[in-house]
Order: sequence, then C-alpha cells, then structure tokens
Amino acid sequence: MPKLKSIDDLRKLREEAQQSLKVRVETGTRIIVGMGTCGIAAGARDVMHAILEELDKRHIEAHVETVGCIGMCVHEPLVDIEQAGRPRITYGNIKPDMVPRLIEEHLINGRVVDEWVVGRLSAR
Amino acid sequence: MRELSLHILDILENAIEAGATRITLTIEEDSAADRLTIVVRDNGRGMPREMVARVLDPFFTTRQTRHVGLGLPLLAAAAERAGGRLEIESEPGVGTTVTATFQLRHWDRAPLGDLPRTLLAVFLARPPVDLAYVHRVDGREFHCTTAELREALGDVPLTHPRVRAWLQEYLEEGIAGLERPFP
Repeated sequence: MPKLKSIDDLRKLREEAQQSLKVRVETGTRIIVGMGTCGIAAGARDVMHAILEELDKRHIEAHVETVGCIGMCVHEPLVDIEQAGRPRITYGNIKPDMVPRLIEEHLINGRVVDEWVVGRLSAR
Repeated sequence: MRELSLHILDILENAIEAGATRITLTIEEDSAADRLTIVVRDNGRGMPREMVARVLDPFFTTRQTRHVGLGLPLLAAAAERAGGRLEIESEPGVGTTVTATFQLRHWDRAPLGDLPRTLLAVFLARPPVDLAYVHRVDGREFHCTTAELREALGDVPLTHPRVRAWLQEYLEEGIAGLERPFP
C-alpha cells in the first residue's frame, strides 16, 4: 500500500518550492473568475481549475482570484483578464474546454478573443 | 446544483463576502442515524435577526448588482427535498452559522461531489482566509486547516503549482480514507 501523505511531506516540499519561487517571474496578470451562486451553478469551479491547470502547463505566472456576482448572471461563468496597461476584458459563458484557447490567445499571443467578450474596462 | 459540494462552495463564498477571516466547515455523516450534517461557521459581520428571517426568501439579497439571492434558498430546497432542513444562526459582529441536515440515504439527496476541488477553490483564491475543514464518517475523522498548511509552507504560497497538486492529492487521500459508504 502506498504511503499516505502527511503535513511533514509538505515541509519537505517547501524547500523544493522555495527554489522554484526564485525563478518564477511575476507577470502582473490577474484572472478573476465569477464565483457567485450563478457562476458556481454554471460551472465556475471547474473553469477555475481548468485555468489553473493551463497556467501550470504553460508555466505562466498569474494571480487567479474569485469574485461574487456582478449582475451578468446570464453570461456566467465569467472570466476577467487584467494586465497592466491594457483594458480589462470580461469573457462570458466560458467552459473548461475553452480555457486552453483563451490562455493561448490572450496571454501568450496578446490577442483578445473577440467572439467571447462580454465587457471591456479601460486600462487604469 | 448537481452536487452538495457546490452548495458548500457557495456558502463559503458568502462567508468570505461577509468579511470572515476564519471559517470552519464541518461535515458529519452518520450511517446509524441516517443523517448528513453540513455546518459552515464564520466570524464575518453577521446579520441582525430581521435579516436572518428574510435570507431564505429568494427575492431578498444584500447585493446591489441584482435583486435575487438564491444561494441559501437553493441549499434549503436541497435539504428539504432530502428530508432535512436548513438553520441559520447569526449575530452582528460575531458571525454566522449555517447548518444543513439531510437524510443520508434519501433518494433525492444530491451526492457530496468533488469536495477537494471545492476546498481548493477557497484555499487558493482567498489566501487570507483561515479555513478549517473537519469531516467525520461514522467515527472516522479527517481534518485539514489552512493554518497548519501555511505553517508548514512558510513563505511558499498555497497557490504554488507543486503545492496545489500536493494539496489535491492530500485531500483526495484524506477523504478516501474515510471510507464513505454513500456518495
């Protein structure tokens, strides 16, 4: 039977993780997932995990946050992407299988996926 | 909602929205009593008695963004559908406790679902919140607190990809070890 994980294993992992922290680059990117009742019912939890997995796969450093309902329930799950100096883009009706394209186009190629956009806020 | 863990995520998000810094989620499955109890206790801003009396009305909400508040009414309906009920205790400045009970073997009880992903969504998205998770099944117990995780990690955030992967497996193993007899 394989050994079960314990908090002591996490202490060992800490040292390895500290090494990789030194080489990770902060990109100033925030990804915000709507996690109100409407977002959760529409699948926001799985979208958030799909985003986290895609960021890991592509070694992209971004801060993923959640927010409550903003009143656009019909467009849930909503995903906002905010990058320094660029407009904040709100994407609507995002499903987990849309996430790889969203990350590739928006974060890697720097192109907004216009057909999924439901809102834009000017850069602050 | 198709899983109780989605309702749990919703109630945890409510607690965070209410400014809670400490949240305790307790899940108790008791086969002998045929009862499932889910309790979310927070130290958020709390609610006055007249507001508590209205939170199960779907057309009541404290939000300004829209005029319905479905989270608690949906959980109440899920509990009542499965022979249980929802109770809310709250005190301004002290916090809120939401208790949902279900008949464990009831035909219409939704499965608990993907608890690790629900817990991770809260662990990762809101680092400042201290979440304690306690899960008991017929006397067996698994518990996990963000305080002990952060203490073990020091300056490494819970959001670190390797930590996240470890946490997912840790939670899955811990819950599997409870040998839950029902979904």
